[in-house]
Amino acid sequence: MKRRWLGYAVLVFVAALYIYPFLIQLATSFKTDADATANPLLPWPRQWSFSVFRTLAEQDFPRWAANSVFVSVTVTIGRVVFDSLAGYALARLHFRGRSTVFGAILAVLAVPGVVLLIPKFLVLNQFGMYDTYSAMIIPLLVDATGVFIMKQFFETVPVSVEEAARIDGAGPFRTFWSVVLPMSKPALITLTILSFQGSWNELPHFIVSRQDPALNTLTSGVASLVSGELGQGNQFPLKLAAALLMTLPVAVVYFVFSRRFTQGTYEGVDK
Amino acid sequence: MSTLVTSAPAPATDPPRGGRRGTGRRDGRIGWLFLTPTLLVLGLFMVLPIVMALWVSVSDWTGNGSPFSSRVHFVGGDNYAALLAEPGLTRQNFATSVRNNGYFVLFVVPLQTALALFLAITLHRKKLRGRQFFRTAFYFPTVTSSVAISVVFLFLFSSTGTVNAALKLFGVDGPSWFADPRGIFHLALGDPAPPGALTGHGFLGLSWWDWFSGPSVAMCSIIVLVVWTTTGGFMLMFYAALQNLSSDVDEAALIDGANAWQRFWRVTLPQLRPTLFLVLTLGLIGTWQVFDQVYVLSRGNPANTTLTPAYLSYSTSFIGKQWGQGAAIAFLLFVVIVVFTLVQRWALRERGNRR
Repeated sequence: MKRRWLGYAVLVFVAALYIYPFLIQLATSFKTDADATANPLLPWPRQWSFSVFRTLAEQDFPRWAANSVFVSVTVTIGRVVFDSLAGYALARLHFRGRSTVFGAILAVLAVPGVVLLIPKFLVLNQFGMYDTYSAMIIPLLVDATGVFIMKQFFETVPVSVEEAARIDGAGPFRTFWSVVLPMSKPALITLTILSFQGSWNELPHFIVSRQDPALNTLTSGVASLVSGELGQGNQFPLKLAAALLMTLPVAVVYFVFSRRFTQGTYEGVDK
Repeated sequence: MSTLVTSAPAPATDPPRGGRRGTGRRDGRIGWLFLTPTLLVLGLFMVLPIVMALWVSVSDWTGNGSPFSSRVHFVGGDNYAALLAEPGLTRQNFATSVRNNGYFVLFVVPLQTALALFLAITLHRKKLRGRQFFRTAFYFPTVTSSVAISVVFLFLFSSTGTVNAALKLFGVDGPSWFADPRGIFHLALGDPAPPGALTGHGFLGLSWWDWFSGPSVAMCSIIVLVVWTTTGGFMLMFYAALQNLSSDVDEAALIDGANAWQRFWRVTLPQLRPTLFLVLTLGLIGTWQVFDQVYVLSRGNPANTTLTPAYLSYSTSFIGKQWGQGAAIAFLLFVVIVVFTLVQRWALRERGNRR
């Protein structure tokens, strides 16, 4: 009995450590600069202030948000389509070189992302793509992880279903499109969520693929906000409000699909 | 990164090869067609960059024009030598970044692994109310943007921020976290004057006294941030593994009179070994790549004590225009990560055989 009580106490304490920073962030977004500095522990504003949101709206923030939406939606669509095509080919189509390709994709998966920062810039620069939307989007359109997830999933689809379609005379594309894909909703939803979250939160790629401020996404834009391009004092409410707004879309997706995040990601995409 | 561990159920078996000859060629055409976008993107933006960077790392390209133009020369191992052999600021900065990241790994990996395991075991108990709530709370930072989290921590750890206000409640005067370059091992010794025996000699242009500084106070705030952010993901891996363990062994140990502590060390932990090694490997790979938090929070400051190889590679190239050196740092970092991964794999296999 006493042990159980202790377990709850520990969990509640750790949960507080995890939730309190977000409460502070929320509250500080509505504080004045002076209030934020004077009462950093207080999870509500002494005096409500909405001025930072007006400041953000008048500055480049809406542009960053629009860029983020455009880039992540395009990347998400690309990944869902291309990752499933590749995953299906690797899981179910028989042709020479298939296992070599899969080995190559696994090798790519093992390359640490940060190591590719400078190299990616070199290639984008060489192609004359640097500082364009295509430089920001095209390299992200396919990800090896997504291909891997989809391949794993397609391998669990019973072969008999496909055999039946094939006997009825459907070609590989038809079988994929009208038989296998409709059965793959859980995996496709997981891939959509992961792709959106991943591209929305991406920072390093947008640092090396562009420098034009008009191409800033929320991540690179808010990062520039923090490193003091606006100057003038510490302006914590402004920065925290910007961070809060950029967290919202992923937070909404997370809380709607939280079971898919906390179970699906780690216990197999088919659940 | 996290999705690497997706453990799909056993694959359904492939259809027998015989009797499908008619579809074979069509399968091949469609197969390559399906793979084309993937091969193009991965080839052009993952494989080709590595080849190109390999060339740049042995060239004197300064960022003007194409690195393949005739004005760019082959310089052999000069860029690597500047980082590893020749005395100078370049070597010293590289050594500093390796030291900083080394301490970062040394602190983050054990802390996040232990905390994740602890939370997973606490959550795994039968009849726990609010399990989904706790999991959601612990995992939320993992799905949140590293930039947004860094901004929050910038406020929490500012000199007039939440952490110092909380410390004041206990009568402690907190440091000005992100501005404090003092190493915590030096501080533990009372921040004495550096002894001559340790400052006279060194390695890679950094004195032994500096090598043994420990992470700076500023780096400690980044350590806290990263442990706080990543623990949730690893907790879920342990949790999933715990759910797959059968309770028979545990119950047998219980009947044999083993207490909770013994059961954890002797029964649960050995069964979790594969997951433990996975978490450690992913932790090592991830922590050697720390970039976002440094970029947002400190840009290597104060006094280069939060400089990491990943950030140094970026700043050397984009700010210092020493593209050859920047690319060389990226490759050295690659080697470090590969070596750690291989060591980890080797250790895993070693343990597996002994049983």
